Amino acid sequence: MSSPRTKFLIGGALVLGTAGYLMATSIKDTGMYYLTPTELATKLNADPTFRNTGVKMGARVVPGSIKRIPGGKEYAFNVTDGARAYPVIYRGIAPDTFTDGVDVVVEGRMGADGTFHATTLLAKCASRYENAPGQPGGDKYKRTPGYKSGARA
Amino acid sequence: MILIGELALWVALLMAAWSAITSFAGGSMGRDDLITSGRRGLYATCAMIILASLGLWTALLSHDFSLTYVASHTSANMPKIYVFTAFWGGQAGSMLFWALILSCYSTIAIWSAREKARELAPWACGTLALILIFFIATTCFKANPFDRMAFVPADGKGMNPQLQNPGMAIHPPNLYLGYVAAAIPFAFAIAALITRKLDASWLLLVRRWALISWFFLTVGITLGMWWAYVELGWSGYWAWDPVENASLLPWLTGTAFLHSIMIQEKRGMLRKWNVTLVVTTFLLSIFGTFLTRSGIIESVHSFAQSPVGTWFGTFFFLTTGATIYLVATRLKDLEATAVLESMVSREAAFLYNNLVLVGISFSVLWGTLFPIISEWVRGSKITVGPPFFNTVNIPLGLLLLALTGVGPLIAWRKASTSNLKRQFAVPVFSGLFAGSVLIAIGMRNGHALVAYALAAFVAGTIGQEFYKGINARRSIHSEALFTATVRLIARNRRRYGGYIVHAGIVVMFAAFAGLAFKKDHDLQMKAGETKELVDPLGHTWRFVSQGVSTSETLNRFVTAVGLEVFRDGVRQGIVSSEKRQHFDSNHEPQFEPSTEVGIRSSAKMDLYIVLAGVVGETAELRISFNPLVVWVWIGGIIMAIGGLIVMWPQAEKRRAPSGYVATLTPARELAAAEH
Repeated sequence: MSSPRTKFLIGGALVLGTAGYLMATSIKDTGMYYLTPTELATKLNADPTFRNTGVKMGARVVPGSIKRIPGGKEYAFNVTDGARAYPVIYRGIAPDTFTDGVDVVVEGRMGADGTFHATTLLAKCASRYENAPGQPGGDKYKRTPGYKSGARA
Repeated sequence: MILIGELALWVALLMAAWSAITSFAGGSMGRDDLITSGRRGLYATCAMIILASLGLWTALLSHDFSLTYVASHTSANMPKIYVFTAFWGGQAGSMLFWALILSCYSTIAIWSAREKARELAPWACGTLALILIFFIATTCFKANPFDRMAFVPADGKGMNPQLQNPGMAIHPPNLYLGYVAAAIPFAFAIAALITRKLDASWLLLVRRWALISWFFLTVGITLGMWWAYVELGWSGYWAWDPVENASLLPWLTGTAFLHSIMIQEKRGMLRKWNVTLVVTTFLLSIFGTFLTRSGIIESVHSFAQSPVGTWFGTFFFLTTGATIYLVATRLKDLEATAVLESMVSREAAFLYNNLVLVGISFSVLWGTLFPIISEWVRGSKITVGPPFFNTVNIPLGLLLLALTGVGPLIAWRKASTSNLKRQFAVPVFSGLFAGSVLIAIGMRNGHALVAYALAAFVAGTIGQEFYKGINARRSIHSEALFTATVRLIARNRRRYGGYIVHAGIVVMFAAFAGLAFKKDHDLQMKAGETKELVDPLGHTWRFVSQGVSTSETLNRFVTAVGLEVFRDGVRQGIVSSEKRQHFDSNHEPQFEPSTEVGIRSSAKMDLYIVLAGVVGETAELRISFNPLVVWVWIGGIIMAIGGLIVMWPQAEKRRAPSGYVATLTPARELAAAEH
């Protein structure tokens, strides 16, 4: 007969083992590389099949590159880390913070055409809690939906 | 006043240093004069920090824009209430706010323990003074809210409109109150370790503080979820973002501690474990702050990278090292005085509860840190997202929910078969019944089914406990139902307050499971256009766009869309969603545009409408049906109420002095309540 202590430990090991197994497999299945455009380029050069792997890319939106594709829900824009730039196409709703020059994290995969097809778009903004100092915001204001038809002369 | 406040901050630093030195010296030499002096040093630190805080509030409310902090977080045209809450809205102010809460807590804790725990108090006082030194020094040197600018601007920069929300005004202070309260149990644990006085006495001193910490974390986290849901417009309340995880971690270990403490009180077991949990809870609070303020983890809503992070990191590693050393050298003193007697006992249920809570904490910590870990180990950053956290934590969470129902039913030490049969019949039946009803009406989602069956099981447990307790009172004291209920809870606050907390947990889990049936729709609508959608419960909703309108009010430019909403043909009214661009007095825009979500809540389902954008005259909308979301907030409120009941000072204090209310039946009552 095993003591209650041993039984408890066996039960505990089972619980933690299952949890550990779930953690390991779900990291394998859902973990994603988080890369800069330069790192992504290096990976793609080394192994072209890396295209099929979903990745997250963290980069900055090239100012002036954001375009809405008319009639659709798609955004086309370029991102860069200073060394390497990629065009991105994103379909979906963009967050309020998505504007020129912000840091974004796009999740998706690199298409054969050299365009990154994003399924999610997160915009990071240092000014979420503190108003960003010295940011020229005039253009942003003008891109507020419906601004031009607004009351301000 | 502002100048006094600034000076007071520096004096506070000196006072805290004095308190730390004299307390430790007094404690080790056993000199009462030094101990008293150290204690007074702590009180003085508190007084100085209060002065400094009054100074900052004065500066904020008098719009003294010569202070960088005031100028960059407020503006003259802001509502007064948000000017007041701007105290903790920014980095520097929040550091001072930490110091303020910590010094007040410390003063209360040390003052009330000075006679009760003569041996522990000086060491706890010294430890708290050390922590205070860290916070005050960080405030003074790295994030001083009294820093001045070279020139005085005409107006400040104002506060991010997303933060101008009542939830956001009280969410951070609640979290801070929770984080900081964890420092008191930590300090007493350290004192107990140093003095090797490791019996249950230190536990009793810190139990209430652990509860206070738990209570404020619960309220703070719930408010945070509510704010994210109504303000951020992504139709959810929890995203497993590192900042959110950072607040969840100490909550989990704190919850584990509140359960394991009972085992040590009743059975003398788990002494090492309890020390570890107390210490871990505090360290996780510090670690969370370090993570979110250092910028080492990518978070969507982290503070800007700042030097404060490095200080927190250093403090965290020093404290951890010192604590590990203390625990390791005192393992012998922490041996348990009893052993586990049976797997079928309340101890065992509580042990599993602890195991699961700590398992969840570990997986959350692991997932949060995985980008760093993978970069160290494999050289490339790998991130995990909500799928990871959900895969691991849904099963663990369900197991925890099951244990919530099992724990109160099993006897201490060793449960007999008859005890099990008598206790489990009703709860198990209610769980099975709920499960089969849901299957019968067509629910096929496995996780949700298990969740609702378990929720019904736990609800059965809680209901049965209340029923028995109330009936016992009614037959013994022949009280009316209401009186019996109130007295039952009032006389056994810890037990029945705890059950109320469990009821809140049940409600929350049921609400979480509702998300399995959430539906999102992306639509484009012109003025006058009609769209129909079917919600997860089978109701047909018709939306008629009233068109996009724009307007300008005092400080913002608003683009709004209104939808006339019908459910199954019955008009529900107009729900509108807005995009707002705030601007200052020169019409210069401030901050990013923000979204006002259109929400129509009901007990069964929230209709959640977000205006995503406008192209020409067409509004792009995301319409979500979010089942049961209101129950998350209700569950949070129930948990908070339960927590308050447990925390409320027990009757012993009232019983003692005034002579004429004689309550002579506690022994019988206890016996009745324990059945």
